Amino acid sequence: MDFAGLLTDAGRELFAPTTAAFALAAIGLNFHFGLTGLLNMGQAGFMLLGMYGYAITVREIEANNGQLFGVTMAAGATVALGFLVAIVLAVLFGLLLGWPTLKLRGDYLAIVTIAAAEMVRFLGRSQSFKNLTGGSTGIRGKDFKAPFESLSPFPDRQVTIGPFTLHGSVSTSWWLVVVSWSVVALAALLFWRLSRSPWGRVLKGVREDEDAVRSLGKNVYGYKMQALVLGGVIGALGGVLWSFGNAVAPDSMGRPTTFWIWTLLLLGGAATVFGPILGSALFWTALVLIKGLAAMIIPPTWLAPTQLEPFSLMLVGVTLMLLVIFRPQGILGDRRELAINDR
Amino acid sequence: MTAREDPFAHVNATPGAAKVDPIIVAHRVKRTFGGLTAVDVEHFEVQRNAITALIGPNGAGKSTFFNLLTGFDKPQKGEWSFNGVSLQSHSPAKVARAGMVRTFQLTKALSRMTVIENMRLGAAGQGGEAFFTALVPPLWRAKEALITIKAEELLSRFQLIDKQNDFAGELSGGQRKLLEMARALMSDPEIVMLDEPMAGVNPALTESLLEHIVELRERGVTVLFVEHDMHMVRRISDWVVVMAEGKIIAEGPPETVMLNTAVQDAYLGAHHDTDLSEDFS
Repeated sequence: MDFAGLLTDAGRELFAPTTAAFALAAIGLNFHFGLTGLLNMGQAGFMLLGMYGYAITVREIEANNGQLFGVTMAAGATVALGFLVAIVLAVLFGLLLGWPTLKLRGDYLAIVTIAAAEMVRFLGRSQSFKNLTGGSTGIRGKDFKAPFESLSPFPDRQVTIGPFTLHGSVSTSWWLVVVSWSVVALAALLFWRLSRSPWGRVLKGVREDEDAVRSLGKNVYGYKMQALVLGGVIGALGGVLWSFGNAVAPDSMGRPTTFWIWTLLLLGGAATVFGPILGSALFWTALVLIKGLAAMIIPPTWLAPTQLEPFSLMLVGVTLMLLVIFRPQGILGDRRELAINDR
Repeated sequence: MTAREDPFAHVNATPGAAKVDPIIVAHRVKRTFGGLTAVDVEHFEVQRNAITALIGPNGAGKSTFFNLLTGFDKPQKGEWSFNGVSLQSHSPAKVARAGMVRTFQLTKALSRMTVIENMRLGAAGQGGEAFFTALVPPLWRAKEALITIKAEELLSRFQLIDKQNDFAGELSGGQRKLLEMARALMSDPEIVMLDEPMAGVNPALTESLLEHIVELRERGVTVLFVEHDMHMVRRISDWVVVMAEGKIIAEGPPETVMLNTAVQDAYLGAHHDTDLSEDFS
């Protein structure tokens, strides 16, 4: 591969729908951790649950010739219903996780969320629910993507804009790029508005000291629950958008995914509006760049092509360690805030 | 200031004495941790619009009793009321909203929030603290402006106005105590409960802290505080309640309560080697 081609690939990663999906998941996590101080270690679980909710709903309507309870559904209505189911599932999952843990100290939430996210994945890939979730192979794109793609105003062929060529409407398409980044923009706007409101102020208070906020007459449990549910819903939306460019694959939403989301949130800067977006763009672009450069420079006798992926992930890991050591507040974070360590 | 009529003029200096106009009445409150009885209070009343000190040696159960009254801990049994309304099994938030706001022994300034944001958080009745209202700024901007004016007034009173845009974590220990007290006043509480307001405060600041507490009473606020510093207790309190081993062992005016034998035994028996003994010389 030539260097210009690599740069184009890296550039494509900057605005890829996957990058947007992870930015969304990180914005959700930013409501949890950045604003409220909740240690949600299961954001991938929210994403996976969202995908299942959307894909299963749409697949069943499609399999029924576009009908739901005898009513013919327009493609738009099917898509809307799919998103609604994804959101409702994320709300229920958030309530279920928060109910026993949010009265306890933060560590318990971390333990419960990491386990619950794995439970979603294992239940999804188990043979018992194969008819519903497709077992370990998941749900193929052609079973649920059609209604969303049929809404595309873009042409049904490859479209080249500048150096980038993507399909107009199918899978990782210009249509998906526009939709997913619009959702990211809305989520960032929501974060900006809420973090600068009295509601966000209470959440920041909870992050700093729960008991102090209790002593000022605020229902801390209720606020933590709202933050958990809202961030989870945003994560679930990220999951649905991710599946539009890929498929519903339970094993893509394991623990590493959650850790990547954490990584890119901290990379960009927690509690900032653009941190999750910048973090996601940098993370995925850097990964492609490093992988491409390694493939160009390192001869195949040293590292087999199959070893390049883990090798580049390792390099990304080292880069991030350096970043955390030398710029722990992230790229957009406020150094002044970090200087206060006396809690 | 006009001369206050002493509300304690006809109150007996006996443990659990009835007050003229009690704001808090607690009865048979018991809290045990396993085999240890931390609090076992038979009867306790706090006089409205006065400064009451709760003192006692370490481990006497003062802070636990504080936590029970403010909902931060639950007793095995007992009943207590605030303004005649029972506060049993109320959450700390509900207790605070009823008009009983506390501070903490280890100051809880919200470090990575600015001083003014700390203050605004203390306000009651900001509708923008509800999720959907928060999304529509016109619904809460007017109230926010009122809250900010009030916060700035309080900060001026507590000499923190120059620090309003600093992070609370950048303040000194004494300034944080001041901030915590000012923040507690944002909701116009009827009673403030101060848990060791002088702990860790540099002597230069103690004087102004004392003045602020006295000023609270003049503004009609009731104060109940836990304190170790006998100098401060004698300076500002109207009434002193002494706890030891979970029980109230004595009550009385600050001038005389320390002369009580039970009190001297409680202090000197358990802590003969501390400098508290200076207070009796």
